[in-house]
Amino acid sequence: MEGKHTTTEIPGKIKALPVKRPGSLIAGIVVALLAVWIARGLIGNDKLDWPTVWHYLFNENVLDGIFWTLILTVGSMVIAVILSVILAIMRKSVNPVLRGVSWFYIWFFRGTPVYTQLIFWGLFVVLVPKLSLGIPFTSLTFWSINTQDIYNFVESGFMAALLGLALNEAAYLAEIVRTGLDAVDSGQIEAAQALGMSRGQIMRRIILPQAMRIIIPPTGNETIGMLKTTSLVMAVPFTFELQWATTTIANRIYKPIPLLLVAGIWYLVITSFLMVIQAQLEKHFGKGFTKEAAKQNGSDVTMTDAKPNGASSGNDETDLKFMGLNA
Amino acid sequence: MTTTENFNADHASVPTVKATNVHKMFGDLHVLKGVDLIVEPGTVNVILGPSGSGKSTLLRLINQLETLTAGSIEVNGELMGYKHVKHNGEDMLQTLNEKEVAKQREHIGMVFQRFNLFPHKTAIENVMEAPVHVAKVPKSVAKEQAMAQLQRVGLADRADYYPMQLSGGQQQRVAIARALAMNPELMLFDEPTSALDPELVGEVLKVMRQLADDGMTMIVVTHEIGFAKEVADQVVFMDGGVVVEQGGPEIIDNPTSPRFSEFLSHVL
Repeated sequence: MEGKHTTTEIPGKIKALPVKRPGSLIAGIVVALLAVWIARGLIGNDKLDWPTVWHYLFNENVLDGIFWTLILTVGSMVIAVILSVILAIMRKSVNPVLRGVSWFYIWFFRGTPVYTQLIFWGLFVVLVPKLSLGIPFTSLTFWSINTQDIYNFVESGFMAALLGLALNEAAYLAEIVRTGLDAVDSGQIEAAQALGMSRGQIMRRIILPQAMRIIIPPTGNETIGMLKTTSLVMAVPFTFELQWATTTIANRIYKPIPLLLVAGIWYLVITSFLMVIQAQLEKHFGKGFTKEAAKQNGSDVTMTDAKPNGASSGNDETDLKFMGLNA
Repeated sequence: MTTTENFNADHASVPTVKATNVHKMFGDLHVLKGVDLIVEPGTVNVILGPSGSGKSTLLRLINQLETLTAGSIEVNGELMGYKHVKHNGEDMLQTLNEKEVAKQREHIGMVFQRFNLFPHKTAIENVMEAPVHVAKVPKSVAKEQAMAQLQRVGLADRADYYPMQLSGGQQQRVAIARALAMNPELMLFDEPTSALDPELVGEVLKVMRQLADDGMTMIVVTHEIGFAKEVADQVVFMDGGVVVEQGGPEIIDNPTSPRFSEFLSHVL
């Protein structure tokens, strides 16, 4: 037990020089020099036109674009997460019809480009002008709606863009959720069954909370990916998000580079913000999986290999799964 | 049980567990080949045997973590996993649905070799889980009772620790408290000390002894011969999917079958 860290003096404690690593020192210097050189070249380049960048950074159309980009990102991810959990649970169902439908959905939406799908959803209004609820093969209908109304909900093309992104993303997330569910030890299910818990309770209270730890890092990745995928909704077309907004300005003033920088800066800012949220979520769902002391009276627990978040030494297997997923 | 002054003699004579001609096949593998077992209320029953003898499977069948291939298991006179129905005028067995199975499991506590505590919940949350969400006990009441159970296994001061912050012996004691929280009529122990460091085995056995003294009906699959000798009312030795020898704890010192004496010579 080496709970308390070394303030005590041990006689004859070894004081040795570290291993010499000349190669690593040279590599460090070379890379640092390269980085400085590239940064200087970029910042010092007149064509980048930093004054124009500053001028348009908080332009009203740009801020509007950020708003719609965020709405699309968050909205489509929320829908996709819900859908993906349903798909993943269907995939593990005992019912072969549910399993098959889930498999087909994932196969189809992962197998075609999101750009193609977005164009398709943009044309959906032409393909199916009217959605109605009734008894099939009869003229009885209880409810119907023009798809054009859905298409134009909020803004022209918004719903097509939102659902197009969400339906595509759900297929990817479903695989992530399934991996997470599979990673939970079967002993957990048996213990919960032995306590008389129902299948729904076991899923909600025992399996999902533990699977979340596995699911969140790749889902954070997907969210950041989604932020940038929203720039493809011009395929629908939906023309209010950030990339479109900056491109429009650039075309008007014939200065594409500074406006690309504006878009790039904002995407980076939002990504950084999303990373903070992800770190918080990881910390929350990592509860109980680190040797960090309990909040109350936990000071006498041995913490020899406490790590701040996520992975600790006992979970090599699941860590490997992460790497496989992200690779 | 025979001395009980209960006028309802019928009930008094119902064994806690009555397994009759139990068979279990995993695919082509015949794991249990016709096992009979009677467990009387308030007794400690130790099942001994080499690995692969089917003793854990028998335990898991009682709690329906596996399904029977043939035979029947009754707990307190109630058939486990099935009910008798009339189907086209014939007597048939109807498989119970999940809800009915969950109901049957509620009052059977189970302790696993690898503890299986919920790692995302603290010790007390582990103990409170089933009372709150299965038995629907109000949270404040459940918390008090959970604390009492932790006290019983000597871990009241570890209530707010996560399983990973506890030693193996402590985790297993929390797991016992978790099973006790549902006021079980029967406790099943599946090699409860096999995954523990030798120096931690004692604390778990001590808690189990204490439970036996309190009159809990227990079935214990274990390799702890000492525990069997001191605490058991009935010792069952299984090998190759059948019960080879059974009787009082004295059979450990005087085994009659060559297979049991051979097993004991390896374990002792």
